Formats: sequence, C-alpha cells, structure tokens
Amino acid sequence: MSDGPTERSWPLWEVFVRAKRGLSHTHVGSLHAPDATMALRNARDVYTRRQEGVSIWVVEASSITASSPDEKDSFFDPAADKVYRHPTFYDVPEDVEYL
Amino acid sequence: MYGNDVVDPEEALNASEAPEFDEAVAAGEAAEARGGESSFDALIAKDLRVEPRDEMPEAYRKTLIRQIAQHAHSEIIGMQPEGNWITRAPSLRRKAILIAKVQDEAGHGMYLYSAAETLGIDRAELLNMLHSGAQKYSSIFNYPTLTWADCGAIGWLVDGAAIMNQVPLCRCSYGPYARAMIRVCKEESFHQRQGFEILWTLVRGTPEQKAMAQDAANRWWWPALMMFGPPDTGEAATGGHTEQSMAWGIKRFSNDDLRQKFVDMMVLQADKLGLTLPDPDLAWNGERGHWDFGEVDWDEFWRVLRGDGPCNAERIEHRRRAHDEGAWVREAANAYATKQAERSPAQGSAA
Repeated sequence: MSDGPTERSWPLWEVFVRAKRGLSHTHVGSLHAPDATMALRNARDVYTRRQEGVSIWVVEASSITASSPDEKDSFFDPAADKVYRHPTFYDVPEDVEYL
Repeated sequence: MYGNDVVDPEEALNASEAPEFDEAVAAGEAAEARGGESSFDALIAKDLRVEPRDEMPEAYRKTLIRQIAQHAHSEIIGMQPEGNWITRAPSLRRKAILIAKVQDEAGHGMYLYSAAETLGIDRAELLNMLHSGAQKYSSIFNYPTLTWADCGAIGWLVDGAAIMNQVPLCRCSYGPYARAMIRVCKEESFHQRQGFEILWTLVRGTPEQKAMAQDAANRWWWPALMMFGPPDTGEAATGGHTEQSMAWGIKRFSNDDLRQKFVDMMVLQADKLGLTLPDPDLAWNGERGHWDFGEVDWDEFWRVLRGDGPCNAERIEHRRRAHDEGAWVREAANAYATKQAERSPAQGSAA
C-alpha cells in the first residue's frame, strides 16, 4: 500500500479559532494541507461544523517557536519572587472604599 | 429494586449530556490551573496533564500512539457501515442527518490523527498501518448493516457504547487526546439521539417495521457489549494492560465497569423502545444494584478482531480503494497550491 509522497509532504498547520466576538483565538488542533488557503478551508470543515467559530487562523507548525519544557523553571522563575506585582501584596486600611 | 426503579424523564439521554461529562471537563481545567512540578511521574501523581513536548516514558508514548491510532482508524472505518445507507435513507431529512453524521466520523478521525501526531508519528504512517492491517480498529465495524434499522441500532447502541468509553477519556492524562475527546463527546450526543429516534419511529410503525427494529437490536447488542474490550477485572486483571493504563491515567475505569454501566443504562432505554434485548440471563440483581447479564462470546470477539468477521476484508478493501481513488484529489490540491504560489506569494494576515 503506497501512500504516495504527496500527502506526506504536506505541511502541518496549527488551527486557532475565535469562538465568538470578544474572545481570543484558541488553539483547537492541527491538519495537513498543501497551502494556507486550503488549510483554512479544511479547518472550517474539520473544526467548525457547528458554528464553533467566527474567525480562524492557520499557522504552519514549523513557523512556531515554542519555549522548551526543559527550561521551564529557569524561563519562568524570575516572575515567582515578585509578589509586589500583585495587588494583594499591599497593606492598606480595610475601611477605604473602592480600593 | 427492579419494580421500584424509576426513570427520571429529565435524565440525560446519554453520558455526554450527563454531569460526568461536565465534571471531566472541569477536572481537566482544574488540573491545568494547578500547574507546578513537571516531571512525568509528578504530573501523573497529581493528575495533571502531560503535554506533547514533555518528557514521557517510551512505553507511555507507544501505548498512546497505539490507542489513539486505533481510535482514529475506528472513526474512519466507522464511516462505512452507515455510509452504506446514505443513498437509501428513507427521507431527505434522514439522508441529510446521515451525511452529517458520517462527516462527523471523518472529523473525529481527523481530531484523533491530529492528537496522535503530537506524539511524533506521521499521519501517513498511521494510514499505512491501517491499510496493511498492522494496526486494528474496533471489531464492531466488521458487522454488516443489512437494514435501515441497523442505522438506528448503530446510533443507539454503538455510539452509546462509544460515548460510555469516551467520556472518561476526556480526563485522560495526555492533554491532546483528552481535548480531542471533549470535542468528540459533544458531537456523539447527536449521533446517539438520532439513532434512538430512528428506532423510536420504527417501533411505532407497522409490525414489519417494529420487527426490523427488533432484528437490528438482536444483531447489534452483543457486538456492542464487546466494544468495551475483554474482561479486565478479577482474575483477568493480571497481565492485561488495563492496570498499566490506569496507573498512567490513560484509562479511568475497567472495561467491565463500563460494560456494566452501559447495560444498566440500556435496559431501561430498550424497555422504553419496547424492544427485547437478546439475553435470557438479563435480570435485575438487587444485591449488586446492577443488571446481571449473560456471558459475552469472547471467541467471536477475538475471531472478528483478528480478521475473520463478516466484513473485515470488505472494509479494508474499500478503505484502500477510497485512498487510491482519492490520489488525484491530493495531486490536484498540490497543483493548485503551486499555481497559487506562483500567482501571489502573499497570504492573508492575522486579524
């Protein structure tokens, strides 16, 4: 059973859908397609058969640069010790309204 | 007690409408929110999700690839038994529904192949393994759809069993699989209800139509019970992969527990339809609080799974032909992409 080199060479596209106005696009999955336009049409059929979206992005998977889980700690740690970035850090009297 | 058993008319018709489904979705979201430690064992211990680029044991990866691929193949092969009735659906309404349902099965296959690919295997390789028989699909699809009532029985029993299997998978430890399952379960709900509706219509029709519904239930009942897989509790629990899959958070319930849950649910639904389930041993057991049922013919299950079912050869032959005869579409898509790229290199921008 030969699969032909054609489909194998189709790039992988990551699909992002905006569920409705006011929400961000969210990653929903991926698919293979020869180009972006066909990826978009294919994404409509695969991921929005029940009006799950009002806008779709497709991004070639190879174009995405991702942070590595291995360096998760060193990458995100700098944010951990800056509690003063959160409003609850501050001591203020309890009887001040609208604060 | 049997006589006092009450069916709540407000009760969800199937498991994807039930609180368990919402709980499974919420559990996934809660797990995401907890964050924290990220070694594989720590993630599993805390019931957190494993994501594609995380380190994971090779055996975990292989188990998932096999399970997700088998699941995807089942969706793809599963288009055939009902596809067989699209041209013969009894009304335009039924035809439109059936086309949408078969299209959904294709979509489910796509979600699952997409999830499998995050584990580092190529979709084309998976298809090759389906076509060569190196990977299996659910044995249920090797039974023929002889009458229109079979489309009803498939929706009601086969999709009903599939939902029962799939709802716990929404909490699977592997993120992409769990997320794909959430989408699938939402859509399966319509599948089961449309099947029930077909039978509901037939059983209120002519005596011949009712007999046709009964015949379909007779033929699909046992194969549907086999869909949960071989026994894996008690003695059978040792040596099987259920134990390992449960430890990894891939499986959440044993095959036997899910099968029992399914039987308990279906007895009441069959009663509503006025259909008799083909099992003389079916009896309410007040002590256990469950329905007792007869022995599944596991010889038949293994025979069909290993290739000797009524339709095994036909299903694979059809799949290969569809793939080969679709080659020109893939080539045309390539030619179109090349032509478009030559005309205008720029694509639309994100907005």
